[in-house]
Amino acid sequence: MAGPAASRLTRARTRAAWLFLAPMLVALALVAVWPLGRTVWFAFTDANLSDMGAAGFVGLANFEYLLTDPEWWRSVWNTLFFALVSVSIETVLGLAIALALNVHLPGRGLLRTAVLIPWAIPTIVSAQMWAWMLNDVFGVLNELLILLGIIDQGIAWTANPDTAIWAVIMVDVWKTTPFMALLLLAGLQMLPTECYEAAKVDGVHPVEVFWKVTLPLLMPALLVAVIFRLLDALRIFDAIYVLTGNNQATMSMSVYARQQLVDFQDVGFGSAASTLLFLTIALFTVIYLTLARIGSSQAEERP
Amino acid sequence: MSRRARRRLGRAGFYLLMALIVLYAVFPFYWAIVSSFKPGSEMFRIDFFPPPSLANYRAVFAEQPFGRNILNSLIVASSVVVLSLGLGLLAAFALGRIRFHGRSLLLFTILGVSMFPQVAVLSGMFELIRAMGLYNRLPSLILSYLIFTLPFTVWVLTTFIRALPKELEEAAIVDGAKPFTIVTRVFLPLLGPALITTGLLAFIAAWNEFLFALTFTLSGEQRTVPVAIALISGASAYELPWGNIMAASVVVTVPLIVLVLIFQRRIVSGLTAGAVKG
Amino acid sequence: MPKLVTFAALAALMVGASAQAATISISCGSVGAELEFCRTGAEAWAKQTGNEVEIVSTPNSATERLALYQQLLAAGSGDVDVFQIDVVWPGLLGSHFLDLSGEFSQEEVSAHFPAIIENNTIEGALVAMPWFTDAGLLYYRKDLLEKYGLQPPTTWEELFASAKQVQDGERAAGNDKMWGYVYQAKAYEGLTCNALEWIDSFGGGQIVDADGKITVANPQAAAALTWAASTVGQISPEGVLNYQEEEARGVFQAGNAVFMRNWPYAWGLGQAKDSPIQDKIGVAALPKGGEGGKTTGTLGGWQLAVSKYSDSPAEAIDLVRFLTSSTEQKRRAIEGAYNPTIPALYQDTDVLEAAPFMGDLYETFTNAVARPARVTGAKYNQVSAEFYNATHQVLSGRAEAGAALDALADRLDRLSRGGRW
Repeated sequence: MAGPAASRLTRARTRAAWLFLAPMLVALALVAVWPLGRTVWFAFTDANLSDMGAAGFVGLANFEYLLTDPEWWRSVWNTLFFALVSVSIETVLGLAIALALNVHLPGRGLLRTAVLIPWAIPTIVSAQMWAWMLNDVFGVLNELLILLGIIDQGIAWTANPDTAIWAVIMVDVWKTTPFMALLLLAGLQMLPTECYEAAKVDGVHPVEVFWKVTLPLLMPALLVAVIFRLLDALRIFDAIYVLTGNNQATMSMSVYARQQLVDFQDVGFGSAASTLLFLTIALFTVIYLTLARIGSSQAEERP
Repeated sequence: MSRRARRRLGRAGFYLLMALIVLYAVFPFYWAIVSSFKPGSEMFRIDFFPPPSLANYRAVFAEQPFGRNILNSLIVASSVVVLSLGLGLLAAFALGRIRFHGRSLLLFTILGVSMFPQVAVLSGMFELIRAMGLYNRLPSLILSYLIFTLPFTVWVLTTFIRALPKELEEAAIVDGAKPFTIVTRVFLPLLGPALITTGLLAFIAAWNEFLFALTFTLSGEQRTVPVAIALISGASAYELPWGNIMAASVVVTVPLIVLVLIFQRRIVSGLTAGAVKG
Repeated sequence: MPKLVTFAALAALMVGASAQAATISISCGSVGAELEFCRTGAEAWAKQTGNEVEIVSTPNSATERLALYQQLLAAGSGDVDVFQIDVVWPGLLGSHFLDLSGEFSQEEVSAHFPAIIENNTIEGALVAMPWFTDAGLLYYRKDLLEKYGLQPPTTWEELFASAKQVQDGERAAGNDKMWGYVYQAKAYEGLTCNALEWIDSFGGGQIVDADGKITVANPQAAAALTWAASTVGQISPEGVLNYQEEEARGVFQAGNAVFMRNWPYAWGLGQAKDSPIQDKIGVAALPKGGEGGKTTGTLGGWQLAVSKYSDSPAEAIDLVRFLTSSTEQKRRAIEGAYNPTIPALYQDTDVLEAAPFMGDLYETFTNAVARPARVTGAKYNQVSAEFYNATHQVLSGRAEAGAALDALADRLDRLSRGGRW
């Protein structure tokens, strides 16, 4: 592909690329630049919701305070713990469901519809629904566990900080595994069939096929699915807020930022917390993508 | 243990896992249906098979323009899907198939948009919506939802488009096809499952969104389903609205299940359908 | 922002001049029957004056309602004219509301409880008119106390003993879900109300005194919280640590608790026809903290305020005048047991017949203890969050009362820049 014709083609294609990107970029700029830029700017001011006009530049003061606030660090820790645990569980479960949906099993239709239901119920409702099911006295979950003889006294799931975080994880896994399963399923379906046929002819054990063929080929789709789940999980808000409110013991970074922005009207500080949350997530993503790239290039090098 | 026995045991274990997953996924919904059939004071009693009463369902539609709310949600979510898929597909072709400078940076920037907590974006978005005169109108929601559906759609479609074999496109280029023709004639048909999946995920994300919808609409006629549900209050004086809320949730979950059923052949076209064989 | 204000003012002038029928939108609460009462009241005004009203329904949770209000007001939006605001919000939102002191006559204003008027006055401006008031009350099961030959408790120690006795007795008799005492101890504003009652009843003050001095670290306050922590797992389910009003009411109304701390609204619901505990409920003032303590209840309640950005301020003010009037408050007291903010109504025979506890507990309502919202102003929510988090730690056994209160005092001191607020 050398020579003037090829380079003309490349130039034309680059032009086409920008042409194709333009509508999306314009749309994104329209909706994102002002709100995001504003948040970043306010992070360096002492803006207060009661009088936004009086905001003054304070430099890095908000960030300094934030980094010395033990409550912020606790929320960071809570968020990381939550995100890592729930995304890991969701990935494994989602993959299992996607694999099951991808082969012709009896009852596949039931499974497919069933796993999509949680995703379809509005979060605001499902979180309350779970809060109700987890209620220590009237909750159906305690009732079932007592009925099955697993416990003999109702557990106050959301009251005790130790169990509350697990209750939140349980709700989140319930809610978002379908997202993972669907994305992975779409990935599975776009895999070239030739590899499988070759493997089948060679009589390779299905488990081996999964590790040697399916998983490596599925990797790009898996990585993207995990990234978006991770981004979402690191911003976890609804489930924690509905189940335990502003309790410090289970507070996530988003709940912390919201409390500053809304409850305390401290727009400057809350924006700083949001920006730091953004930086934390960005850092995570960069590390994750770098690791993933190293991982996948190593995989490619292997024959 | 013999190989066959082990395989059988593995299969049984797999089925057990699937059964548990179905139970875990469905039980809360079942419980919502059960609760939606109960009158107020029964709520605090646990009863797995109550006699069904439709009072809560009637109340949901009688006390607020709930039909209108469902229509609003449908309009918003469908528009968001069409817009994100349209813009996303073009962008994904550029990002996935064409090498140019600044591509990785661009992908990162797009991803960066979805890294801010929603509440931090809220005030700025509110100002934007008011400045554009869209406050309390459905376009405000369609526009603002792009902030979370667009990055996601672009990224997912880029991944899928990258995974498609090079030869397809090269043949078309040799035939002298323009890039736009390549997208619509070559990639669009192949991306079926990916488009439907991302579209469905974007649809549900828009369908479920609460914070923007609460803040950018004010009158009952403009509200979407999650807000309408969250604002349900027991109009008959001494009743927890819990039954109404559950009834409303059941009602709004049904369109999504229908959607899944319509598209399920495409969602799970399976290896035999050979989506990629072309 | 200033442009918007001028515009709103201009629009207001134009509307005022033409005096056409206006459409006033009012945002009401939606807990229990609140919305319905608001609608009937506002529609009666519309009919009487020839204007129109639009009811904006808002989230049940006060926190989310506040967030929505803040967005609307910070953007200078005139979409809502009349706001229903909580007793602790005037300091937070006051700058967005019209000063009503010039609009209402001296008589109209002084007909209400002076304490609430004072609460709603921010830097000399009366930013909201009182609509209904609330105070924390003790609900008890008359039938159960009678069965065990007990009197309604007058001290917290007595409450503990009675609760324990009835709880153990009922459990032995077969109801193993029975608990002695339920209240609100989730880490949210409601816990601030509950904890303030404990502390005040033990004579431990009001967290921050009227001059802005932080008084919360004292032995009485520590004793109060130590007592409260002793209830968890003993006479109160561990779940109270995540209960709000409705969860507590759920337990009590299902017949599974002897005592409950709640607001007056629970009376109407508990006395409803389909309630399992209809006619078995008694209401009393909250107990004293020991013999030297006093009875108390946290002041709650809601006010009506007019947005500065309203397009029809005159009509909006008129609507507020109508809704906060003695006639409308009486109707609400009789039909919905909403406590009037007008002392004279507590002697009204019709009101007393419908809600006898209003007469018995008049003292509780007039002497309700206010949360330190006025003195801490815009920082109140931070103070409250620090306070309920410290309390929650004590109740969940993660901290000892004295130490937690000392740490709390330090943090409040830093927050207030040494009590200057």
